[in-house]
Amino acid sequence: MTTKLFGEPVRRREDPRLLTGQGRYLDDLGRDALAAAFVRSPHAHARIRDIDVTRALDVPGLVAIYTWEDLPERVARPLPLLIPHPALTHGRTAYPLAREIVRHVGEAVVMVVAADRYAAEDACGLIDVDYEPLKAVVGLEEAVQGAQLVHEDVPGNLGTHFVQEVAGLDGRGAREAIEAAPHTLAFRLDIERSASTPLEGRGVYARWDGRDLRVYSSTQTSSSVRMAVAAALQLPLTQVEVIAPDVGGGFGVKIVHPWPEEVLVPWAAMTLGREVKWAEDRREHFISSAHERGQVHYVRVGFDDDGRVLGLDVTFLHDHGAYTHYGIIVPIITSTQLLGPYKIGAYRVEFSAVYTNTVQVTPYRGAGRPQGAFCMERTMDKIARYLGKDRTVVREVNFIGPDEFPYDQRMIFQDGRPLIYDSGNYPEMLRMIKELIGWDEHVGRPGTGIGIGCYVEGTGVGPYEGGHVQITSDGRVHVSTGLTSQGQGHETVFAQIAATELGVPIERVSVVTGDTRRFGYAVGTFASRAAVVSGSAIALACRKVREKALRIAGDALEADPADLEIEDGVVRVAGAPGATIPLGTVAVLANPLRYAFDEEATRATPFAGAADFDRPPVAEGDEPGLEGRDFYSPIRSTFAAGMHAAIVETDPDTAEIRVVRYAVVHDCGKLINPMLVEGQIHGGVAQGIGGALYERMVYDAHGQLVNASFMDFLMPYATEIPHVETAHLETPSPLNPLGVKGAGEAGVIPVAAVIASAVEDAEGIEIDRMPLSPSELFDLRTARDMK
Amino acid sequence: MEHEITLVVNGTARRVTVPARRLLSDCLRHDLGLTGTHVGCEHGVCGCCTVLLDGEPVRSCLTFAVTVDGRDITTVEGLAPAGGLSAVQRAFAECHALQCGFCTPGFLCTVTALLRDNPAPTDEEVLEGLSGNLCRCTGYQNIAKAVHRAAELLAEES
Repeated sequence: MTTKLFGEPVRRREDPRLLTGQGRYLDDLGRDALAAAFVRSPHAHARIRDIDVTRALDVPGLVAIYTWEDLPERVARPLPLLIPHPALTHGRTAYPLAREIVRHVGEAVVMVVAADRYAAEDACGLIDVDYEPLKAVVGLEEAVQGAQLVHEDVPGNLGTHFVQEVAGLDGRGAREAIEAAPHTLAFRLDIERSASTPLEGRGVYARWDGRDLRVYSSTQTSSSVRMAVAAALQLPLTQVEVIAPDVGGGFGVKIVHPWPEEVLVPWAAMTLGREVKWAEDRREHFISSAHERGQVHYVRVGFDDDGRVLGLDVTFLHDHGAYTHYGIIVPIITSTQLLGPYKIGAYRVEFSAVYTNTVQVTPYRGAGRPQGAFCMERTMDKIARYLGKDRTVVREVNFIGPDEFPYDQRMIFQDGRPLIYDSGNYPEMLRMIKELIGWDEHVGRPGTGIGIGCYVEGTGVGPYEGGHVQITSDGRVHVSTGLTSQGQGHETVFAQIAATELGVPIERVSVVTGDTRRFGYAVGTFASRAAVVSGSAIALACRKVREKALRIAGDALEADPADLEIEDGVVRVAGAPGATIPLGTVAVLANPLRYAFDEEATRATPFAGAADFDRPPVAEGDEPGLEGRDFYSPIRSTFAAGMHAAIVETDPDTAEIRVVRYAVVHDCGKLINPMLVEGQIHGGVAQGIGGALYERMVYDAHGQLVNASFMDFLMPYATEIPHVETAHLETPSPLNPLGVKGAGEAGVIPVAAVIASAVEDAEGIEIDRMPLSPSELFDLRTARDMK
Repeated sequence: MEHEITLVVNGTARRVTVPARRLLSDCLRHDLGLTGTHVGCEHGVCGCCTVLLDGEPVRSCLTFAVTVDGRDITTVEGLAPAGGLSAVQRAFAECHALQCGFCTPGFLCTVTALLRDNPAPTDEEVLEGLSGNLCRCTGYQNIAKAVHRAAELLAEES
C-alpha cells in the first residue's frame, strides 16, 4: 500500500530545494533591506564612560546610529528572563544595548544601520567608545570566591543555589546511605565549555508597513519571538507575524529569544520605515550568542560488593556566563538526567550557579545531559575498577528492570513535572550494544581500549504543540505546525504522519513549520520534542479531518462512515469497488459555495444539485471546509534511551586518540523515519566527539575568548569523525498517540563518557575531565610515570 | 572606487559594478542574487562558500570579485540544468547527506570537482576530499557515502 509511510526511510521533501541553491535562509531574504551592524564590547567587564559617534557620521550610506539612550523605555528594558525558577534568586539579563556596564566581550553597545553591511561596519569602526575597564571574573573557581562581582547586586556572584534529594527506600538520605555503605569513592569531574556553532549564525530581517510588522528570524521558536517582539514594541499580537525561514542549524542556541537583535532590528525598521536586516557573522556568534557545557562536579558514591549504588551525592558548579536569559534549565537537566537508566538507592544533588564575565550559558544539544552522563558513567566505571568487575556488569546490577515501568525517580524534571520514565528495556539494550561492539570478544592490548556509556533522555516536553490540516479541492493536504525546523526533516516526517493517517500519497502533502501566519500557537523546537509533540498533534488533527471526510463521503456515497476507507486519496466503501469519491471532491462538498471559479467549485454552488431544504448548507455545529486543528499536550516527558560503545587507539608517542569503532544502540520508541533518526544520531555523535576530543572555549584571565574563530575552535572535519554503527530498539511510549520518543539530542549525550571510558581502558589512567587533547593525555602519562 | 567587471556565472556573462573590496561571495549573493552560495565563517575555514572558479573549488569569501574579472564561475545553482539534479545532487538526496542544508552547496561544488578529477576515489581519498568543508549536522558519514554513490551514478551515466 502506497500510503503507509510511517516507519519508512522516506527521502526528504526538503532536499530538492536545498540541493539546488533554492533554500531561503535569513540572509537570502531582503536583498534591498538596510543592514545593521553592532559595535560590541572589546572588554569583558567595563564601565562605558562615553560614546562618540562624530567620526562615523560622514560614512557614505550611513542611516542611523543608536545607543541605549536612544531607545524608548519599553525597548530599553532588560531582556526578559525566559524561564524563572524559585532557585534562581538572582536572575539577571542584559539590556538590548549595553547600559553603562558591559559584562562580556561581544556585548552589543551601539547599533548602526546603513545602506549595506560594508558601510555599517565602516561606521562601527569609527565609533569611539571610552571604556573604564573593570576586573573580569573568569572561571568557576574565581567566580565562587566572589572577590570580584559580575553584577554589583549579586553577592558572591551566586545566581542560583538548588538542592534536590531523594531518600532511599529505607528512608535514609544519600549522605547517610554513603556513610553506611561497604565501599565509597569520591572524585571530581570537569567538562569544559563548548557551543552549538550552527553553520548559519543568527539573523533577523524586519519589514514594517505602517500597521503590521513582519519579522523573519533564524530562530527555533517563531511563535515566542512573536510574543516577545509584540511585547517589547507594544504592538497588538495580531499585527506581528514571525517566520522562521530555512534555518542553517540551531542545536539549542537559537531557542534563546528575544535576542537583542530580535528586538532592535524590528524596532529600527519601524522607526526608520525601512526594511532592516542583520545577519550575524562568525566572530559575533562566538562572542555574543551563547555557550554551554562548562561545569565542575564533585561526586561521592557508596556501593555494595556487587557494585550496586546505595547512595550518590553530587555537588556541582555551573557557569551562568554574564546573564541568565534562559534561566537554569541546563543545570536542572544535569541534576535530574544524571540518574540515567539506573535505580540509585538515595540521591542528593546540589548545584550552585555563578556569574562570570563570559558569554551567557544556554542549552546546547544535550542541554546538561552530557555532563550528567559523564558523572554517572564515570561513576559506574570507577566502581567497576574498584571492585575489579566488568564495567557492563556493574551497570546491569543498577538498571531499572523492564517490568518496573513506569518508573518514578521521585524528582522534579526540567518541565516542572515528575521525573517518571514511561518505558524502556535497558538490559536488552545492553545486550545489543555488547553484541554490536563485540564487548566480550574484545581483547585489550596496550594502546587500545573499549568504553561504554548509557543515558536516558527526557524528550517531548510540553506544554503543547498544535497541528492544522487542510484538504483543498485539488486533493492536496496542507499541514502546518508552529514549531520550527533547523534541518531535522520535519517536512518529511510530518508528511509521513499525515499521509499515513489520511491515506493520501505523500506527494500531495505539504508541510509548513515555524510560520505564525499559518499556526500561531506553539512553543518551539528544543528538548527533542518536535516529532513527539507536533507529530502527535498533527496525527490528532488528521484524525479529525479523516472523521469529517468519512462523514461527508458517507452522505455522498450513502454508506456508513464506519464502512469507508481512504486509499491513495480516494474514499471507498471497503470491499465494494466502484463506490468512490476523491478527497478533493469531499473538500468541495465540505464547503458550500455561492460562486464558481473552477470546475470543482461549480459542484458546490447553490444550483449544482440536490439539497436538503430542511437544514442549512452548513449544519449547526459544523464548519465549512475539510480541515481540522488539534493539540497534543503531554502529561509529562517521554524517556528515550541509548547506549554507546567505542574502541579507541592511542598513539604511544604523540598521545593522539583515534576512535576506531563507534557503536550506538538507540531507543526512541517507534521510528517514523529510520533514515532520519540515524542522521540525527550520526550528527549528535559527531558533536559529541568534538566535545570529547577537540572543542573548548578558551578564555584568558581578562575574559577574552582567544579562540573565537573556526581556525582555533576545532570543530571536527570528516577526517576526525568515525563511522557510526547503529542498531535500534523500539519500546513505544504509552504517552502519545504515535508511540514515539524524541531523537534529536540523543547522539551527543554519552560520547564524552564513552571516550573517557575507552581511553581509560587503553591507558590505565583515570580520565576525569573532557575534552581530552593529545597534549593533555601526554601530560597525564607523564604524571603517571613520575609517580 | 567602483570597478566594472564581467563574471561568467553558470555559463552566463554577468556585468556588475563593485568596489574593490567586494567579496566574491557577497557579489554572487547580493549583487547577482545567487543566494545558494552560503557564508558560514568569512575566514575560509568552513567551506560553505565554495564555488568552482574555472572548474576549481575556491573559497568565495576569501576572493575579491574584482580579481576574477572575466573568469568562469559555477555556483550550486549551475551544477545541473534548471529543474534537474546532477549525479552528485541526486546522491546527496539518496544518501541523506544533508540536514539543514547550509553547508551543502559548498560540499556539492567540492565533490563535483573531486569526482571529475578522481572518478573512483577510495574511502581515504573521499575523506581527504571532504576535509576542507565543515558540516555541523550530519557527522559526515552520509556525505562520504553520497560521494561513493555519486561516483557510481556518474560511472553509469558515462
